[in-house]
Amino acid sequence: MNKLSLTILMVGALALAACNNPQRGFGAGGAGAGGAGGLGGAGGITSGALGDPNDPNSVAYFNQRIGDTVRFAVDQSVLTPEAQATLTAQAQWLNSHPAATAIIEGHADEQGTRDYNLALGARRASAVQQYLIAQGVAGARLKTVSYGKERPLAVCSEESCFAQNRRSVTVIGAGAGV
Amino acid sequence: MLNRVFVAGLLLFAALVPPGSAQAQDRPRIVFDNPVIEPLPYALPTFVDEGGAADVAQAITDVIRADLTGTGLLKDIPTGAYISQVTSFDAPVAFADWKAINAQVLISGAVAVGGDGRINVKFRLHDVFAGEAYNDGFQFGGGQGDWRRIAHKIADAVYHEITGEGPYFDSRVVFVSESGPKDARQKQLAIMDYDGANVQYLTDASAIVLAPRFSAAGDRILYTSFDSGFPRIKLMDLATLQARAIADLQGNMTFAPRFSPDGDTVVFSLENDGNTDLYAMSLSSGQTTQLTNAPSIETAPSFSPDGSQIAFESDRSGNQQIYIMPVSGGEPVRVSSGEGRYSTPVWSPRGDLVAFTKQNGGRFHIGVMRTDGSEERLLTASYLDEGPTWAPNGRVIMFTRESPGAAGSAQLYSVDISGRALRQVPTVGAASDPAWSPLLP
Repeated sequence: MNKLSLTILMVGALALAACNNPQRGFGAGGAGAGGAGGLGGAGGITSGALGDPNDPNSVAYFNQRIGDTVRFAVDQSVLTPEAQATLTAQAQWLNSHPAATAIIEGHADEQGTRDYNLALGARRASAVQQYLIAQGVAGARLKTVSYGKERPLAVCSEESCFAQNRRSVTVIGAGAGV
Repeated sequence: MLNRVFVAGLLLFAALVPPGSAQAQDRPRIVFDNPVIEPLPYALPTFVDEGGAADVAQAITDVIRADLTGTGLLKDIPTGAYISQVTSFDAPVAFADWKAINAQVLISGAVAVGGDGRINVKFRLHDVFAGEAYNDGFQFGGGQGDWRRIAHKIADAVYHEITGEGPYFDSRVVFVSESGPKDARQKQLAIMDYDGANVQYLTDASAIVLAPRFSAAGDRILYTSFDSGFPRIKLMDLATLQARAIADLQGNMTFAPRFSPDGDTVVFSLENDGNTDLYAMSLSSGQTTQLTNAPSIETAPSFSPDGSQIAFESDRSGNQQIYIMPVSGGEPVRVSSGEGRYSTPVWSPRGDLVAFTKQNGGRFHIGVMRTDGSEERLLTASYLDEGPTWAPNGRVIMFTRESPGAAGSAQLYSVDISGRALRQVPTVGAASDPAWSPLLP
């Protein structure tokens, strides 16, 4: 297979993944099922079905019914009561699916400098990781990564979008679940 | 990668200003620090074609004009107003004709292309009202591909002569070239001349790359790449374009790298359990030292040009502020004191100022302050300005300006440290995170 057709195939696969997962934007999949860092990332390609969101064992159920995303206040990494409720449910799912691993992405809105937002996203991802660990999930199952302001979910430059972008996303590893 | 320009008049800058010259203080001159400047009018007739060089002579003249007029310190008189032309490099100059159009300075030159394809460019600067040349003139030679660099070197010589400031036109900028929608931006490293010409891509767009930084010798760059899936510092050799990961410590995120002036130490941010501190790594020994140890965010470190101190940002006070500490670590001193957040401090190559990003009241600014925090001066204001980088002469700053909204995109801008000559740097597409090289040899 030549390089071009491989690229087209991979783009197709990623686009499909994005369609199947309305909770997350195309770019947010960077550390997710499509392999690390976008197209052709070095993490190696793994695959796994997202499954039916009505099936409590599926990744789709985790993403959509429990919610893979929690939001943060401006320049904060403190977990709100709402975020804690979501994360408690995430921890229960992870505890009942002990083979599953997750990468926790931390994100910031665009109202900050690049370096600082990387550090702020790391604070958010870590806050989520620590909460899940406190709920009994083994730390070895949870990695964190910060995208800073590089991968917004919503693209307007108003608070309605900023609020969606100040987030963490718990991305269940491909092949887990179901 | 870079072609060396053969410099015929190697001691050019020293030679252009004879220290004992009786006329030196009477020459047309622009003093950079004057608060109000009337741009100095100059004439630049197309360099004379001395054989097979008509196109390149015109192109070189155009680049010199763009460099000089782009500073905002000099103003070219439209060629349509010229009364006479320069048709021979060594013929007597009709000073009365240049005086009549109020040209303070006349730049004349000639270009020849040799049988081997090498180009040779002569130029001379004239003080029109004194009715004499500054000196005997100088020449540069180089390969055909060097014509832009030769033009920049001539413009640098003229700029230096008229302002007394160091040269900076013959330099390059490494930056992040951006494409794609805002929620899936593709980023690749690229390098170009300071004026946007000669773009070359250094990486593909397969992984997010951020904030490249030059070594003081201009031969290597540091940057942050997500190609492992996580942000990691990489080091690229510009001669080979080979890059390797450095400071890969316990799988932690590393970012915001910058070289020490001697090129051996890399100072950077490392994240551990959500907390970001500053570290230094020796490239020769591989030894890593932790420089800060605080629960706050410490990032965006930048060395003083003498290598003795590091400026950085920290939110230890509750929001981002600028601090300076000794290079070995130790108690930092806060230097920013105004309202709002201060970040991305970058020490001037002259050592006198720190450039920074300021965020206040929903606006972003690029500014400069003295290294003790005094004499803060904001140079720009927009929805999002960030990440200043210094021209090699410490008089001009380039930065990222991003426009808001779904269709928003990043562009490179430059401004001088008096806030003059704000302009967009032409790039093919969207661009961010510029880093200015040292002056080319």
